[in-house]
Amino acid sequence: MTTDLAQLVERVSHLFEDLNFQSVRDWKSEEPGRHAIGYMPIYVPRELVHAAGMLPVGILGGGDRLEIIRGDAYFQSYICHIPRSTIELALTQRLEALDGMLFPSICDVIRNLSGMWQMLFPERYVRYIDLPQNFDPAVGGTFWRQELDTLRTDLGRIAGREITDRELQHSVSVYNENRRALRQLYEARSARPWLFPTSEVYLVLRAGTVLPVEEHTAIVRRYLELAPLEDDRREQDMSRVVLVGMFCEQPPLGLLITLERAGCWIVDDDLLLGLRWMGGDVPEDGDPLQNLVIAYLEQSAQTASVYQPEGRRGTWLVDSVQRNVAEGVIFCAPSFCDPALLEQPMLVAALEREGIPHTQFKYSENTGQFAVIREQAGTFSDSIRLWSEA
Amino acid sequence: MSNSQTERNGDVQKERSMALQKELVGGHFDALGRAKEEGRKVVYTFVPGNLTELMRSFDLLPVLPEINALQSGMRKLSGGYISEAEKQGHSEDVCTYVKCDIGMLKKGNVGPTGKPIPEPDLLLLSYTGCCTFMKWFELLKQEYEGCPVAMLHVPYQADGQVHSHYRDYIVEQLRSEVIPKLEQVSGQAYDEDKLRSNLTLSAEAEDDLVWVLESAKNVPSPIDAYFGGVYYIGPIFGAFRGTPEGVDYYRTLRSEIEERLANKQGPITPDGELDEERYRLVIEGPPNWTSFREFWKMFYEEGAVVVASSYTKVGGLYDRGFRHDATRPLETLADYCLGCYTNLSLPARVDLLEDYVRDYSADGFMINSVKSCNSFSAGQLLMLRQLEERTGVPGGFIESDLVDPRYFSAANIKNRIESYLQMLEQKRGAAA
Repeated sequence: MTTDLAQLVERVSHLFEDLNFQSVRDWKSEEPGRHAIGYMPIYVPRELVHAAGMLPVGILGGGDRLEIIRGDAYFQSYICHIPRSTIELALTQRLEALDGMLFPSICDVIRNLSGMWQMLFPERYVRYIDLPQNFDPAVGGTFWRQELDTLRTDLGRIAGREITDRELQHSVSVYNENRRALRQLYEARSARPWLFPTSEVYLVLRAGTVLPVEEHTAIVRRYLELAPLEDDRREQDMSRVVLVGMFCEQPPLGLLITLERAGCWIVDDDLLLGLRWMGGDVPEDGDPLQNLVIAYLEQSAQTASVYQPEGRRGTWLVDSVQRNVAEGVIFCAPSFCDPALLEQPMLVAALEREGIPHTQFKYSENTGQFAVIREQAGTFSDSIRLWSEA
Repeated sequence: MSNSQTERNGDVQKERSMALQKELVGGHFDALGRAKEEGRKVVYTFVPGNLTELMRSFDLLPVLPEINALQSGMRKLSGGYISEAEKQGHSEDVCTYVKCDIGMLKKGNVGPTGKPIPEPDLLLLSYTGCCTFMKWFELLKQEYEGCPVAMLHVPYQADGQVHSHYRDYIVEQLRSEVIPKLEQVSGQAYDEDKLRSNLTLSAEAEDDLVWVLESAKNVPSPIDAYFGGVYYIGPIFGAFRGTPEGVDYYRTLRSEIEERLANKQGPITPDGELDEERYRLVIEGPPNWTSFREFWKMFYEEGAVVVASSYTKVGGLYDRGFRHDATRPLETLADYCLGCYTNLSLPARVDLLEDYVRDYSADGFMINSVKSCNSFSAGQLLMLRQLEERTGVPGGFIESDLVDPRYFSAANIKNRIESYLQMLEQKRGAAA
């Protein structure tokens, strides 16, 4: 690996491993009066946080690097892992740099976690982000506009100043830059996955949950330049797969590495979907808040927590398989993840209508044993390569 | 136990209201059984945020899949249905109401009266207080491909308040999404006078229901507000809110409880009247349905009476003052949806339970944490701590499931309940 790429990967790896959010603390200490606002998966309008001069910080659980001592006492065994590690992070003062938390409407567990936060940390700002499930601009759009107005006012109060339209327009613009860079990264990986292994792409992506967006965009662009320069990254006879179900509780990095070692090139996924929520750019001219509203209604990612009025679950997945010339789909969902696991039979049905191969397994963010997954993914990859019609 | 009240039918003591409810429910399922031949249209919807008055104003027949699932649980059929759904690829981790419903559908969709439940003409997705509802009806939409879906997104009361734009959002959805689809399916125009008339009937029944639930403030309580309470809420949470039959049922029920109260009688249990009320409890969370009577017996055998419960508020929180208001028909439906128990924030739930412990002079409270329902379960362990701190009353915690018999460990649950009640007894002794 070249020195430049090695340094970049080391930087994003370090950010990934840092459960004390030191980079956020450093950013705050650079200038007095700075604030940071945490957010849970999947989507929050980070542009508003940025426009208030604050740092939006993705809180994605503790992964496999956090020993859960107190968090387990808050959740029954049949509840997924991310809320217990998130509580653990907070109770061990690792989230002290955060001046508030946003909890988007993913599922009942994250929803109730917002109430737990209110009770456990009454001095902190907490807001549940109730994303509209009605996509009519006059109905769901009006509601969402009012919710964003409230969030804008709240953040302005914390910042000690109003958020102006000009500031918000600027934030939309820098997030558009970031979205474009991430789209480019996903396209590049899909075209030549051997140059952009997902275990690396994920770390680059993940840096976007803690760094200022401008800095993250620069890292993504730099990575796009550096990764293709690696001489030893050669095309191999591996299967091209789409990975689905990882939009909330994150897989351990070892799981992504295992899938690649098992012979799977990941050409699309729903990892850190909130960073790539909008299918395109948010318009930069005109009323910026309304632009965010319309972008949400018209450009939102299709995922389990978003209602689809026409009832065609899985169309996006089939489209992704076709667009990325994938040969199969791996359903890889966290244990006890209601949205992902309830969605899965509908996605399976959509794939089976199209004759697309698929396999499935579950994980937890702290899964440590990958032998079975490696065997299953390897068998899946082999079966695609050996017996697919192509 | 004494057998002073009304009549005994087989092993179970029956009151007039019980017979009336059986007749109502039986009649409804008979009507559903005849719906297709009589050309009547059927709407599937959920208990929290149900719009029964509105559906009835279009002469539509409601079907509530949660009720079907719990009845399958009580009839010991849910285990087979869940296995069927899991065989079809549904995860063992997810809501067993959903799997029970899907399994029942796959096995012919036979209702509690033994007759098939008709296919839906509309799926009215009242998305209130439970994120699983959306996936549930998306799954049903796959099964009934041509069936339209009307989505009603009810915002969550995250900060404990009903903001005016929440209400406006719901009303606009009723106007632009729900009512047009009800019109289309029924072939009838929206008749606001008819809706108002139904809402007036709702409020009458709600008054009587609240009186019945609050009768448990008396010592001894004439009712069990959880195990008995789930029967009392049946008609109003099901198909009979806003109907004359519903009003009759609650009037009858109230008169029975008034009589019991005047005679200082305890609640009726499946083994007769409870003679001695030894413990007064508040319970949070749904009951287990697959072993419902066995579960109830664990309490009444020890003289434990549930005087208030959160589960009996999932279909409406009437004891906090809400009544359907015929003068503002769509707005009142919006307020109703917003106020259902599982649409409340966790702090608001703790406030409510704290009030119950105090207002109903409870000796203790228990949480029945069900595996299937994260809307209830996530956060209950913190609620337990907060309630203990605020009330000074000890809490108990048991785990089971709604309709999956694999998750009802009778010996373990009985042991926990007995230990908990012994602890209450010791505390009482120490205080004396």
